[in-house]
Amino acid sequence: MAITMPLSSIIHKQPQKQRDKWPSNDFQEELVIRPLHSGDIYASFQFRTLWETDFMRGNKVSHYRLFPKSLGQVISKFSVRELHISFTQGYWRTMQWGQPFLPSPPGAELWVWFQDSVTDVDGTWKELTNVLSGIFCASLNFIDSTNTVQPSASFKPLGIGNVTDHSFLRYATLPREIVCTENLTPWKKLLPCGSKAGLAVLLKSEKLFHSSFHSQAVHIRPVCQDWQCKTTSWELRQTLNVVFDLHTPGQGKREWSLFKMFSRTLTEACPLASSSKIYIDITDNPQGEQFEVSPATPLLSQAMVLGDRRTFSVYDLTQQITFGTVRSLNLLIRWKSSEDMLRPLLHGERYVAGYGLQTGEIHTLMYNNHPYRSFPVLLLDSVPWYLRLYIHTLTVASKGKDNKPSYIHYQPSKDRVRPHLLEMLVQLPPNSVTEVTVQFERALLKWTEYTPDPNHGFYVGSSVISSLVPSIVAMDTNSTREQPLFSSFFPCKEESSYFVRVYTEPLLVNLPTPDFSMPYNVICLTCTVVAVGYGSLYNLLTRSFQIDEPSPGLAKRIANIIRKMRGVPPL
Amino acid sequence: MKILTFFSLFSTFLSANSINVEENAGQFFSSGHTNNWAVLVCTSRFWFNYRHVANTLSVYRSVKRLGIPDSHIVLMLADDMACNHRNPKPATVFSHKNMELNVYGDDVEVDYRGYEVTVENFLRVLTGRLPPSTPRSKRLLSDDRSNILIYLTGHGGNGFLKFQDSEEISNVELADAFEQMWQKRRYNELLFIIDTCQGASMYERFYSPNLMALASSQVGEDSLSHQPDLAIGVHLMDRYTFYLLEFLEDIHPASKANMKDLFKVCPKSQCVSTPGHRTDLFLRDPGSALITDFFGSVRKVEITMETINLTDLIKEAEQKNIHTTANLQFPPLHLSSFLPYLTPYPQKPKQKDWHPPDGFILGLWTLILLVFFKTYGIKHLKHIF
Repeated sequence: MAITMPLSSIIHKQPQKQRDKWPSNDFQEELVIRPLHSGDIYASFQFRTLWETDFMRGNKVSHYRLFPKSLGQVISKFSVRELHISFTQGYWRTMQWGQPFLPSPPGAELWVWFQDSVTDVDGTWKELTNVLSGIFCASLNFIDSTNTVQPSASFKPLGIGNVTDHSFLRYATLPREIVCTENLTPWKKLLPCGSKAGLAVLLKSEKLFHSSFHSQAVHIRPVCQDWQCKTTSWELRQTLNVVFDLHTPGQGKREWSLFKMFSRTLTEACPLASSSKIYIDITDNPQGEQFEVSPATPLLSQAMVLGDRRTFSVYDLTQQITFGTVRSLNLLIRWKSSEDMLRPLLHGERYVAGYGLQTGEIHTLMYNNHPYRSFPVLLLDSVPWYLRLYIHTLTVASKGKDNKPSYIHYQPSKDRVRPHLLEMLVQLPPNSVTEVTVQFERALLKWTEYTPDPNHGFYVGSSVISSLVPSIVAMDTNSTREQPLFSSFFPCKEESSYFVRVYTEPLLVNLPTPDFSMPYNVICLTCTVVAVGYGSLYNLLTRSFQIDEPSPGLAKRIANIIRKMRGVPPL
Repeated sequence: MKILTFFSLFSTFLSANSINVEENAGQFFSSGHTNNWAVLVCTSRFWFNYRHVANTLSVYRSVKRLGIPDSHIVLMLADDMACNHRNPKPATVFSHKNMELNVYGDDVEVDYRGYEVTVENFLRVLTGRLPPSTPRSKRLLSDDRSNILIYLTGHGGNGFLKFQDSEEISNVELADAFEQMWQKRRYNELLFIIDTCQGASMYERFYSPNLMALASSQVGEDSLSHQPDLAIGVHLMDRYTFYLLEFLEDIHPASKANMKDLFKVCPKSQCVSTPGHRTDLFLRDPGSALITDFFGSVRKVEITMETINLTDLIKEAEQKNIHTTANLQFPPLHLSSFLPYLTPYPQKPKQKDWHPPDGFILGLWTLILLVFFKTYGIKHLKHIF
């Protein structure tokens, strides 16, 4: 703590005016770079547009400036209150990398809160997924009733509004969804500056997809404009999280630069942005003994991240001096030594046990790494209908002993209509592993329901573990003070705990596959049998034999002619 | 004096030019097609079919380069090669070995991908019979003045093309889909290119007008792939599309190359198979059809500093009409006046099933009854009458 004192004296103080009102149409962009203990580097982009307008109650909005028109029309047409969609490639390794800023499961995830004015939520949900599949070039039209659930306790709205009626919430994941440049292109086109200026210049697909983890998301929600919440505005956040692997570029040196990560350097901020900043996490490096950042900057900032107070170096792109004499900014981080990182407090794992193609068991493990505090977690499991869960075999055990959940919500599946939904509130004892097991049986699908490559297997979406985790440091709940954008990822209502969501791995399960050549074989065999059987019977009934004299030879024929002339019977 | 002559020359030149511009403006409204669409389909799944995705993406790249925007291209890729975990260079699809040309690029929009590429979706896109909630980027919103380019690639055989290793589309279905498009006036002219084994069998059954078709091999021949890349480990392109891409790289939006040059792409010496083409259903001479009519989206722009009086042109046209038809007024338009245009082209007569002549069945039954009663006696007749 003594070390941080001199640092805090040079913290650049933002003018302490309490922001009474944000401007009506505002765009901010920022990039947070966090070197991870394993040598990898985690970069998180956030582009936020705030717009004071009223999409609710069917108001017609026609003049769009910074807010993208395609999303504005989607919100007003489908009466959306909140929309969260993410596309992820790769799995976030919590034990090596810590907690992410904004977690997301592999594949595509979409959850939407509709407004109260919607009468047919399922119909609107179906149309919304089709429209979004066109906007983001993804196969979101495969979201239907067989993979949509209505969670009853998880996924509370992140924006304003005291809604308790979960019939307006829909949640779906597509774990098989591929993320590639065709999803990044329309995502970049939603930004006010596109990919031409500002931080979005760094988003080159060849480098972004050559990484261990890549996740892009769009979050839309209504927020308060000021402390008293007299007016509301719509917030659009586009986030992109990427973890670059140390060993991918081929060099052995532990050295990262913007050019090495993104094959680009920065030359200017987006002219439409009111603020454009880069933050580098230097908390683990107070005296510069772990890594060195260049060009150095005197600007520092402190923020609460995941219950921990962290210090950041700030590079303000709207100031011309940041770019220096070369008019381009290439940040360089050079590693010197490394040490172990703090273990994350909450972690989840999931796997399938068993053998054969008939039955199996799903095991979900939840780790509580806090030394003395226990906290409750809400586990949400959505399993497709073709894995028939036997809920009577559900067991929850911590440290070998039975741990009864205080709240269970289970909705059984209906074949080809809806999936299983299981939500449980479990109290995790300190420093323990809690294991949730349930047995299932695999169903045989109709032969037209199989995908073109059924031997690959069928995916089961990730489980969602949501919880309020106790934090080490007391946190400030005042949310309107001038803060970096990323601190809005960690809203805290109480001083001593923060909200965390952890996703487990998706499962890949083999279903019993029929032999797809059988229809062809059956047709051939049946036709052969019918042809042979009927043909033989027909011949037996209708065939008659006639004796056919062979035609006589030439000599005999001449002899017969002579005998005929003589009047004597022929030979 | 000199200035005067120069001025008079200049003024005559200007007036001549303005007449020229007015003529051109008149011609402006009489071209054949007004917009271009492209439907590019790759039908194969699995990593070893990398070359089919590379084929489709190279045609996509050429078509975009020559001017057709993403909103007018329906791109269907049955599997993802760029971000496939086996791809040593993610987010890239190469067409030339040594990774010279990345046809995937940075600005690609795939409309149908993965499991969405099915025969049903393909036919629905062509005929326009899509569910109402389908977004615009997934629809083929062509009209009767659209030139459409359709490119198919994958594994095929004599009379069929395989989709995703689980279903196939036959040449009869494809011909019927094009006929539906013709009857619904969904195209002005259509160019069909197919790069599969025995590709010529797919265009054998076409019977709608204004279709031109190209295939990479004849019936009984296999289309071969071009070159493998040892770093990626698969064949990168098929021969026909490789040479087609090389040919198209030389075409720019103002190029005057015509279809006859396209027929010469990839002769047997380069392709090993014999590419084929079919132009009997195409009403114009293929030599007069430009490559950019199908691959590009040419906007006819005439830059002029003169003001053009459009109302004069219309009055001129009216007067011409008056002189020829001797009508002082235009008659009101009736549907009957359009009937001659509804079936302007003779179609192949449909093969009717043979029916026996009228009255034959009746006569036959009378004969049977008469014979029956002759044999068994007349007294049974009274049970009938």
